[in-house]
Amino acid sequence: MDNESDLKPVLSAAEGNDSVHVKLKINGKDYKLDIDPRVTLLDALRERLQLTGSKKGCDHGQCGACTVHINGRRVNSCLCFAAMHEGDEITTLEGIGQPENLHPVQAAFVACDAYQCGYCTPGQIMSAVALLKEPCGPEDAEVKEFMSGNICRCGAYPNIVAAIQSVRQNAKPQKAG
Amino acid sequence: MKTFQLTRATDSAQAIAAAAKANTAQQGAEIRFIAGGTTLIDLMKLNVEQPQRLVDINRLPLDKIEALPDGGLTIGAVVRNSDLAYHPLVRKNYAVLSEAILSGASAQLRNMATTAGNLLQRTRCMYFRETNMPCNKREPGTGCAAITGANRSLAILGTSEHCIATNPSDMNVAMAALEATIHVRGTKGERSIPIADFYVLPENTPQRETVLEPGDLITHVTLPPPAPGSRSLYLKLRDRASYEFALASAAVVVTVVDGKVTRARIALGGVGTKPWKSTEAEGELTGQPATEAVFRKAAEAALRDAKPQSENGFKVELAKRCLVHALKLATQAA
Repeated sequence: MDNESDLKPVLSAAEGNDSVHVKLKINGKDYKLDIDPRVTLLDALRERLQLTGSKKGCDHGQCGACTVHINGRRVNSCLCFAAMHEGDEITTLEGIGQPENLHPVQAAFVACDAYQCGYCTPGQIMSAVALLKEPCGPEDAEVKEFMSGNICRCGAYPNIVAAIQSVRQNAKPQKAG
Repeated sequence: MKTFQLTRATDSAQAIAAAAKANTAQQGAEIRFIAGGTTLIDLMKLNVEQPQRLVDINRLPLDKIEALPDGGLTIGAVVRNSDLAYHPLVRKNYAVLSEAILSGASAQLRNMATTAGNLLQRTRCMYFRETNMPCNKREPGTGCAAITGANRSLAILGTSEHCIATNPSDMNVAMAALEATIHVRGTKGERSIPIADFYVLPENTPQRETVLEPGDLITHVTLPPPAPGSRSLYLKLRDRASYEFALASAAVVVTVVDGKVTRARIALGGVGTKPWKSTEAEGELTGQPATEAVFRKAAEAALRDAKPQSENGFKVELAKRCLVHALKLATQAA
């Protein structure tokens, strides 16, 4: 048995170098790229497509700053190879709201002052938007557990929880404390 | 990161034929299956894993969770951890598994990580993850820097003079207590491996963690039907409340009839070089009254062979108390 010859490189190599052609669908728009297979989805977004909303913190899946949605589910884009995500629906921060038309979670983060330096905020927002559809219980403690994959060095956690709860409870956003 | 060729398998035979050309089984091999990538890509960035070729198995039809005619459950190799943890049959019949998975990693990682990937999750020992340090698991024969180094989080059960790395998984501890069977397809056909026989102790070959052979593809895991009248839970103790590996954990599946334990399945996490099933604790519990004194005896039996290192002596008592508390919670009146 040798089916191994059927196993072609996932995408044909671009001429003259080791890169591969890849087609990505991001925020509803199609992109074509020639990239090295080592390029993570995060690096493809930031360095090749100028979608710099997703941030690089730890680059090891520990901080959550790079959180994006793939097929509606939140993931760490630093631990995805871009070339493995052809055909997937990728949504980044740029795809969920615009300055003149904020997503309710974004509006709540503003209203609740749910950030200080703002570096982790895109990842926090992407996680929070995903959380709205996840089986998260009603209590603050449950929100904290569901948000534990997003680290905030400034410690804006109380207001992040308040912002998320205000959206879930459809309430007027209020700062914690 | 070293460069690699990325291929995509559209059927299992292709994937197996490709991986069979490697010299070793999956972990550390030059040809690696990739699904969620949460362990592998992390370790490739550190140059701890340096595969020349990746075989993407995400498109294989191994993504189902289904009830079995005997009342058990079959779980596909690439089922995501979050889908497994939230599956209604898992929550209803195998609470310990759902709780264990949800106690591990983060929501993002659980959306990516898969059943088979979690089974093969690699240790978090910092010396394994740092290529400038000696590590017999990463580079056989170079020595173990952990034994004389920072070993607070490392194992106290199943260690050898060559390796004290902890198996970091929560899911695997629950799988051990549930007596899961791991189904593998390889170059010689299919075989079923009870989880008790799946992991090997480090001894003098810590680079080898399982009985898998080159080319072996985990296709699915099966769970036996839930024991009638049993209750199960997972208790995890760690340095912070969430998103942290266990210092000690306990997976318990117990049946109590008229105040007596009629059946017990016990596994410990955070303390062993593999998910640590304790038949010793099970023996102390079975047929005995469900009392704290009996639970304590079981805990003493589970940790009897513990061999603490310079910084992790606290784990011996912590693991005992973890097991006692888990048994109390699992046996108290509903």
